[in-house]
Amino acid sequence: MKIHEYQGKEILREYGVPTPRGKACFSADEAVAVAQSLGGSAWVVKAQIHAGGRGKGGGVKVARSLDEVRNFADQMLGMKLVTHQTGPDGQVVRRLLIEEGIAIEREYYLGMVVDRESQRVALLASSEGGMEIEEVAKESPEKIHTVRIDPESGLFDKDAEEAASAIGIANLRSAASLFQGLYKAFVEKDAMLAEINPLVLTLDGSLLALDAKFNFDSNALYRHPEIIAYRDLDEEDPAEIEASKFDLSYISLDGDIACLVNGAGLAMATMDIIKLYGGNPANFLDVGGGASREKVTEAFKLMLKNPRLKAILVNIFGGIMKCDVIAEGIVAAVREVHLEVPLVVRLEGTNVDIGKQILEDSGLPIISGSDMADAAQKAVAAARG
Amino acid sequence: MAILIDKNTRVLTQGMTGKVGQFHTTNCIAYANGANCFVAGVTPGKGGQSFQNVPIYDSVEEAKKQTGATVSVIYVPPAYAAAAIDEAVDADLDLVICITEGIPVHDMIRTRRRMQGRRTRLIGPNCPGLITPDEIKIGIMPGHIHKKGRIGVVSRSGTLTYEAVGQLTALGLGQSSCVGIGGDPINGMKHIDVMRLFNEDPDTDAVIMVGEIGGSDEENCARWIRENMKKPVVGFIAGLTAPPGKRMGHAGAIISGGQGGAEDKLAVMEECGIHITRNPAEMGRVMKKLVAGSR
Repeated sequence: MKIHEYQGKEILREYGVPTPRGKACFSADEAVAVAQSLGGSAWVVKAQIHAGGRGKGGGVKVARSLDEVRNFADQMLGMKLVTHQTGPDGQVVRRLLIEEGIAIEREYYLGMVVDRESQRVALLASSEGGMEIEEVAKESPEKIHTVRIDPESGLFDKDAEEAASAIGIANLRSAASLFQGLYKAFVEKDAMLAEINPLVLTLDGSLLALDAKFNFDSNALYRHPEIIAYRDLDEEDPAEIEASKFDLSYISLDGDIACLVNGAGLAMATMDIIKLYGGNPANFLDVGGGASREKVTEAFKLMLKNPRLKAILVNIFGGIMKCDVIAEGIVAAVREVHLEVPLVVRLEGTNVDIGKQILEDSGLPIISGSDMADAAQKAVAAARG
Repeated sequence: MAILIDKNTRVLTQGMTGKVGQFHTTNCIAYANGANCFVAGVTPGKGGQSFQNVPIYDSVEEAKKQTGATVSVIYVPPAYAAAAIDEAVDADLDLVICITEGIPVHDMIRTRRRMQGRRTRLIGPNCPGLITPDEIKIGIMPGHIHKKGRIGVVSRSGTLTYEAVGQLTALGLGQSSCVGIGGDPINGMKHIDVMRLFNEDPDTDAVIMVGEIGGSDEENCARWIRENMKKPVVGFIAGLTAPPGKRMGHAGAIISGGQGGAEDKLAVMEECGIHITRNPAEMGRVMKKLVAGSR
């Protein structure tokens, strides 16, 4: 689960990682009031959306007067901010962060990720602040210093100081304590990814987190009500929110053949085979192992909300999930939602014969696929009309 | 014998008395030699009771001592599952199979660290388990789609494994053992670890390896295969059409920072001599051709 920059900075401050002073706001009036209360002669107006690359898209502006704060806030609120991470449609800006202006001496990069290879949290530090770390990794990997942190001992002073020194930070002690603060936050809040880009050295010699990006482990949210409270539904795909209510794993894609599958691997493989036969998948949808009739009906409703929809492919390999249960779900769903696009169903596994019989007896115009390839080909043909 | 488990394996079940544990234990007992294999359950506070004539103990240590079980299967809910793995490791079992889906990643990081230097192997979490057809099934896969034979299967996914197995069986190709290693980013045995065992197993002639986007386990395994594998391998990677940055159901299935894409994985696998297919419906047929050609 992702959160906004200003929320990330709240967490950082809680763990002793210094950030510029600032406050989130929702209107231009509020923005001016925040700037006034911060004082000083320069402020940064920052659009709060979950996607990265905001600066290049016009979502970060330095204001030299309160009038400018108002103007920028007016411009940004309600605008559709397009960055390389939002897709061409962009994301509507509804919240701003107003911060004091900072005189910057140098910029660094600081990140933490769960490293699958070493099965540890990895700290990534680089002298190339403000750049995408993926690009640094490609162009000049020697400029990234990595520490894989032993979960039993935590981040040692000497490893933290070595990392700070490697990227050219002079004040090793304060850098190390900042790195350790981030690590503590990372572990205690069950983060999967954290980025401070840039981490800056100010002209008066202190280190500040100028940005904050977090992604949390959704499997651990049950023990973090404070993180769940940060959730911003405006930043999420409405279909994916709807799906999550019914414990369905759903991701919108841009094609026209919807698919309903049990199991994540088989769901991806189903998308792949649709593409392989010349079609385009409209979504990833995993109904999970224990799908009930209600869940299948909700899944159908979700797929039907897609205006581009031309065909539906159901691909079920029943293990725990019995084919007769899924067949009953399909029949009930089709009756309830008034299906107007062709539906191709492939059933295999536990109780497959009973399942196929239920579909046949229903009298509904369901196209049966004998195996995965046959079903995918029929769905692609049906979508072409 | 096949790999890791056979009809003589003795298994204890952690979380046997929950709804999920009961359902799958019943099916496992009913499969092949299951009635003799599943010898104990562990649920703290329920020691002395029994389920389907299988005695329940309060701890793994106790269950091992009383029954001689050397393998554990875990159905404990996600919040307590990592601690359940820890308990099995502390009891020095040979193998722990964790079926539980949704364990927090940081719990698994701590558990994997605790396992360092210990003898216990871990399969999963978030996996279907493993099966040696006609001998023993430990996990949630449908037993009836399997057939005893000489093809090994290793996979990160559940139902996609069944798909591969179903295709093999339909073509008359039986399986030696089928191992689901799970879809989580921090897990136990990886493709390479299972591949090593299949390579040494006299009952396995060839292997189907099913992977997914995310991480670099498949690439590591492919490079090992190029140098060491004596048997043909068929490979498929799910997620060719998955967009970067989106988590595709499995916590481990995400293309991040330009890493873990399906095309890259397939390219490395092909380079290393693996017989890849981009069509998930062709895994069985590709294998059939290979095995027919070698005879």
